[in-house]
Amino acid sequence: MLHTLSLAEVSEGLKEKKFSSVELTGAMFDRIKAVNPSLNAYVTLTENQALEQAKKADAMLAKGGALSPLTGVPAGIKDIFNTKGVRTTCCSNIIKDFVPPYSATVIDKLNDAGMVMLGKLNMDEFACGASTEHSCFGVTKNPWDLERVSGGSSGGSAAAVAADMAYYALGTDTGGSIRQPASLCGTVGLKVTYGRVSRSGVTAMASSWDTIGPLAKTVRDVATVLQVIAGHDDRDSTTPDVKVPDYSAGLGQSVKGLKIGVPKEYFGEGIDADVEKALRDAIKEYEKMGAVIKEVSLPYTKYALAVYYIAIPAELSANLARFDGIRYGSTPKGKVENMVDYYFRTRSEGFGDEIKRRIMMGTYVLSAGYYDAYYRKAQKVRTLIIEDFKNVFKEVDVLVAPVSPFPAFKIGEKKDDPLAMYLADIFTIPVNCAGVPAISIPCGFASGGGAGAAIGAGKGAVKLPVGMQIIGPQFSEDLLLKTAYAYEQATEWHKQKPAL
Amino acid sequence: MLNSEQVRHIAKLARLGLTKEEGEKFARQLSEILAHMEMLNEVNTDKVEPTSQVTGLMNVTREDKTARFCEKEELLACTGLPVENDQIKVKPVITN
Repeated sequence: MLHTLSLAEVSEGLKEKKFSSVELTGAMFDRIKAVNPSLNAYVTLTENQALEQAKKADAMLAKGGALSPLTGVPAGIKDIFNTKGVRTTCCSNIIKDFVPPYSATVIDKLNDAGMVMLGKLNMDEFACGASTEHSCFGVTKNPWDLERVSGGSSGGSAAAVAADMAYYALGTDTGGSIRQPASLCGTVGLKVTYGRVSRSGVTAMASSWDTIGPLAKTVRDVATVLQVIAGHDDRDSTTPDVKVPDYSAGLGQSVKGLKIGVPKEYFGEGIDADVEKALRDAIKEYEKMGAVIKEVSLPYTKYALAVYYIAIPAELSANLARFDGIRYGSTPKGKVENMVDYYFRTRSEGFGDEIKRRIMMGTYVLSAGYYDAYYRKAQKVRTLIIEDFKNVFKEVDVLVAPVSPFPAFKIGEKKDDPLAMYLADIFTIPVNCAGVPAISIPCGFASGGGAGAAIGAGKGAVKLPVGMQIIGPQFSEDLLLKTAYAYEQATEWHKQKPAL
Repeated sequence: MLNSEQVRHIAKLARLGLTKEEGEKFARQLSEILAHMEMLNEVNTDKVEPTSQVTGLMNVTREDKTARFCEKEELLACTGLPVENDQIKVKPVITN
């Protein structure tokens, strides 16, 4: 049962020669072949390359010396990270056959650390969505209930970790795309401070919002991966030269006296009763550990969603203009008259509905006459949301809030109702507005038939994970990891596994 | 809000071809989303500066030095169109 271990456990096992990386990799592919057909988390498997990487890692491990804790450990990568020589599709028909000629900076870093890449993971097309239903490869099912979504956009990453098909995975978070699927699948997921991890070689959705982070089974494992990928990169001018601390150093330290804020705006109407109860219980747990709990207010929270869905499409429509079917990507079917016709056909055939909606929305809010009314207005309200966070962090050290107002919802429930889908990210988006970091950790289960049934999960008593979000000031990832670790060690939620 | 004709005009600007049915569907959905955005008008932002960068970085520069990235052949291999003399051959831009 090698696949059930954590990253920390396999890392130790490899160093103590209890098993080899080749054995581990083989066990993981056995697991993937058994489970992935029903979940659809991986969209590309790289078995031959993985075995080569595993052999190399075993040689490094045999030599000994100072090695990264990631050496020889199998991982899955969201299909938005360029991986040299391995198809990278962003789960869009428009670049379904694209094989990048270079790798993202974070992939280079993980390769240098001795990663074994098992394959590429499913996501909503160009990371736009909260369910992976907008993937050209179809939905990733939730390991806890195959009738439900795994969240999104990093749904494949969360499902793969939750179903023991990867010891860790990389995701991206622009409005909740790491935290929300982590919450819905019962894994740990970290959204870093904007600029903490290089975006070079990761297809841009909204450049002033996109962040990259790890998903794993435990808080310690997330800290281990972050240690390798964090830091300034010459290829990404938005990565400030801020010192990278030792992210594992604070794990195990007491949270006695830590000031935890509970923002009242995150516990309002529309939140599932089971989700709210899980969060209230988690806050009590912190109180028991000696943390000081204080109710706080971030009055501009309710405007975050509107800011997001103006600013994001604006940046996205500009970023996705490069997908024109010329230098890379698909070419249209049938006879094409001229160049303009070529663009129309390539983009209409290649993009899915959600991308088309966002491109049009972005084009509209940036057009002459509407720029001030929408885009500039949104950027100004963004400033007020940032002020909210700055003010609240004068009062408290961290905030604790739900990740998603409801647990995993049914496949198809929101797919054709874009606004309902957007509302799934109502508690994660404010964090992206402010560029601050937040971690999602398991804090209980919901029945899926709670008070939020009407907007959330639908009827039926199943056991669905609930995630808690811990939010801190910019570059406070070490504090968030320490705070999350204390709760994780005091509870058993992270040890529960879906029956697959 | 937006009617299907306006939506088709926006789509044209963004180089997206839409069918009549798509135009109607997107007009309905985009109008609904825009209606939600109207709430921002409640907020007084007269004295508020817009934010486009959250960590306070300004004018990031680097030494003007070239570095090897990808090889020409690797980049040309990415296109699905014919390549001639190291150039990608596209459809006519100007037609009668």
